[in-house]
Amino acid sequence: MAEPREHHDEEPADDHPREGPTVDSVSTDSPFDGAASGSPFAPNTAADVEAMLDEVGADGVEDLFDIPESVRFDGQLDIEPRSERAVVAELRRTLGRNDDQTEFLGRNHYAHHVPSIVDHLSLRSEFLTSYTQYQPEVTQGFLQALFEYQSILVELTGLDVANCSMYDAATALGEAATLADRVRAVDGHRVLVPDYLRADERSVLENYTEGTDLETATFETVDGGVDPETLDAALAEDVVLVYAENPTVEGVIDGNVGAVGDLAEEYGALFCLGSDLVALSLLESPAALGADVVVGDASVLGLPAAHGMGLGIFACREAFLRQVPGRLVGASTDSDGTRAYTLTLQTREQHIRRERATSNICTNQAWVALRTAIHAAAVGPEGLLDLAEQCHRLAERTATDLDAVDGVTAPVRDCYHFREFKARVDTDARDLAADLRERGLSVHALDADEIQVCVTEVTADETDDLAAAVAEVLG
Amino acid sequence: MRRHRQARWDDTDSPGTEPLLSEKRLQAVDTDDSALPEDLTRDSLELPGLAEPELARHYTRLSQMNYGIDSGPYPLGSCTMKYNPTFVEDVAAMPAGATHPDRDEGTVQGTLDVYHGLQNYLAEIGGMDAVTLQPPAGAAGEFTGILVAKAFHEHSDESDQRDEVVVPASAHGTNFASAAMAGYDVVELPANDSGRVDLDALSAVVGPSTAALMLTNPNTLGLFERDIETIADIVHDAGGLLYYDGANLNALLGRARPGDMGFDVMHYNVHKTFATPHGGGGPGAGPIGVTDELVPFLPSPRVRETDDGYELFDPEHSIGKVHGAMGNWLVLLKAYAYISRLGEAGLRDASANAVLNANYLAERIDLPVPFEPFHHEFVASAGDADAVEFARRMLDYGVHPPTTKWPEIVDEALMTEPTEAESKDSLDDLAAAFGAVLEDDAADLGSAPTETTVARIDQTEAARNPRLSWHALESD
Repeated sequence: MAEPREHHDEEPADDHPREGPTVDSVSTDSPFDGAASGSPFAPNTAADVEAMLDEVGADGVEDLFDIPESVRFDGQLDIEPRSERAVVAELRRTLGRNDDQTEFLGRNHYAHHVPSIVDHLSLRSEFLTSYTQYQPEVTQGFLQALFEYQSILVELTGLDVANCSMYDAATALGEAATLADRVRAVDGHRVLVPDYLRADERSVLENYTEGTDLETATFETVDGGVDPETLDAALAEDVVLVYAENPTVEGVIDGNVGAVGDLAEEYGALFCLGSDLVALSLLESPAALGADVVVGDASVLGLPAAHGMGLGIFACREAFLRQVPGRLVGASTDSDGTRAYTLTLQTREQHIRRERATSNICTNQAWVALRTAIHAAAVGPEGLLDLAEQCHRLAERTATDLDAVDGVTAPVRDCYHFREFKARVDTDARDLAADLRERGLSVHALDADEIQVCVTEVTADETDDLAAAVAEVLG
Repeated sequence: MRRHRQARWDDTDSPGTEPLLSEKRLQAVDTDDSALPEDLTRDSLELPGLAEPELARHYTRLSQMNYGIDSGPYPLGSCTMKYNPTFVEDVAAMPAGATHPDRDEGTVQGTLDVYHGLQNYLAEIGGMDAVTLQPPAGAAGEFTGILVAKAFHEHSDESDQRDEVVVPASAHGTNFASAAMAGYDVVELPANDSGRVDLDALSAVVGPSTAALMLTNPNTLGLFERDIETIADIVHDAGGLLYYDGANLNALLGRARPGDMGFDVMHYNVHKTFATPHGGGGPGAGPIGVTDELVPFLPSPRVRETDDGYELFDPEHSIGKVHGAMGNWLVLLKAYAYISRLGEAGLRDASANAVLNANYLAERIDLPVPFEPFHHEFVASAGDADAVEFARRMLDYGVHPPTTKWPEIVDEALMTEPTEAESKDSLDDLAAAFGAVLEDDAADLGSAPTETTVARIDQTEAARNPRLSWHALESD
């Protein structure tokens, strides 16, 4: 996504789409004969159209439509055509109505600086305008990039298998639950999720398990993290999956999350860990924590803030290989013995297995995965570690700064934080958040007396402004 | 006749073409200097560490070994590989659109304006009463639509009866999988001799158990289901709902609308019909449209316009969420830009050219097309040849081949959808590629492809000995 070109007023006026010969202008019974231009992205000239109609033996293009009169649409769509310049100008104006806010927002959607080269390479149109690699011999480039993406996930999770994308973290969690349903060793029906799980992610999970007999149940956490005794009490033989996050949606680095792995194993349930690629660069490896499946958002690398558009991580132990949802890229050789890449184990997928497929996913987030891999490679392991270390240090620093403000206790929790933390305020948190918005600063208002603040390198230079604004509002 | 030899970077020191990032340089780092205690951190991390110039070359070479629409014709049936206008990328890159999904709605009025505008565009194009943009792909749209249908039935207290979704045998695989994910048994519907829905068979399977019929129109053979009103009556009389799979909507823009045909719920594939790039497999977006009676069941949140601007709200009997946020925002933004650019005249013209192109191409190739009159796509038969081999050989003539061996109603199917983006000259090239393969002998087909980056790939080896990461290659 390159920077948009600047609009110059002296640009020649181009308020009308391309004039020129179009199908409509030569068809016999179109209501638009000569009245309107056609698609600027359809190259046939009037002469082409005539020659082609001649070839197919039709008098006009409308004759090619075999639509019964009774269901023909004889109205006109209420959509005006516009020039490229006009559309771009309109959208710049429209999006310009978004307030310019410094976003101290996180809660499982994070924005890091995306190196410029990610845009420039991922927008190469051989990548951007291709589709799923059904013909692998002619799409080795994308396949290799996806293979490299899978490899980066394997390294970061410590698990053997990663697919080449889910839509987002929430749908990946849903897919983890249905995988647990298929491979379960126990005769159960419960998925245990922590009380901190975002309501919208829980809702997606519940929808994804609609076709199973799974039910979602909650286990309580203590001080923002897993309490082994409480979890043990909540567990029983009927649980197929336990989900926990590290760091959690509230920024807690959970020192007890490894207990989930042990307890889940004891009860025959799978342990699904939610995280993201930056956190995974520094925090204890999911494999070492006993995770069977890892989900979360990979687009923390690769995509800037995109109103929640993401890239779902899906990694798991090799034992579940044939139950994995979505596309997998594998290495093979060609008939000359050269290494080559291809989509593989496709008998899991909907286009072959239909209603018995592991998932309905077809179109996925492949291009975002390409961007994620480029971003990861651009910063390298040292850069990733630095970034993750900053996520921890910035959260601690900002919490300390806010704690110095009268009327604020930050962080609320006595633990290590990653990117974000909760703060208690002695005013209505929603009013505080609204007052901060007036000053161009967005924070989460969680309930009556708690806000949540997220800081990354993108907002690091503005934390002083935040502390000053909070002091001003509370003072 | 146009020929094409695809780029291939050879590296004699590695077993492949362009070496993997890991083969270029891996760096191991440890976490000893972390401010976090040791028990919270991993020990080490080993990932590629390349300088920017090296990365630029790596990915440029990979792109050269990849075929996209900008490389040449891409008539992959059912996928609508039309040209992706570049200006929409500029729009998607506007910093003002880069917002967090939890922003207060009052501070993202521009974003909500685009959502609202696109909802209106899609409702108008589909003849539906309301649209949600949340599903992040076509299959997600199907799943969402069927969940909405299920919620509607459950609300009508019929949940005990309706446990089946009827799907034509030739439907997209996602239809079956989406219905199953929503908890339905799938009932497969055979086609009649003309390749369309068999009304007798439909009447026989539809009844008090039927939650919905999922239908693509034109269907996967490119044929318009001319009996659509009768089909709708049969399903509706039994209390079922009619679902429209929007994969083939590019055939109908401005000429027929699913809502007018009796469909109750539909999805749109914006990466097909509305030209957002396919991105090597995604992201796409699969908005759904519904009629008034289904509106209360749509996912949360919805966007509506008030006197004070746009606001988000939860529909009364919402099914909840199908994506963690509000879907693939950047893709939706691109679709909005495309529809705004074309307008009614451009959309109609796109369909007209798509249908003309398919008809012209079919006329120009010497393969039987058993079912017609088709619209934006046709299914030819490779005859005595294996369709997969036929397709692979087409790669040697510089074009992307059609979808192969599906739908199965046509032997050795070559499902071909040239889209409006091809010119007559380009279609002539495509036809020449078909013709050249027909001239080739079995040995040529058996050894194809030869002009691509790599020769024929051993699929059996890939599946028998799955190696899905560079770690797996190292341990060989």
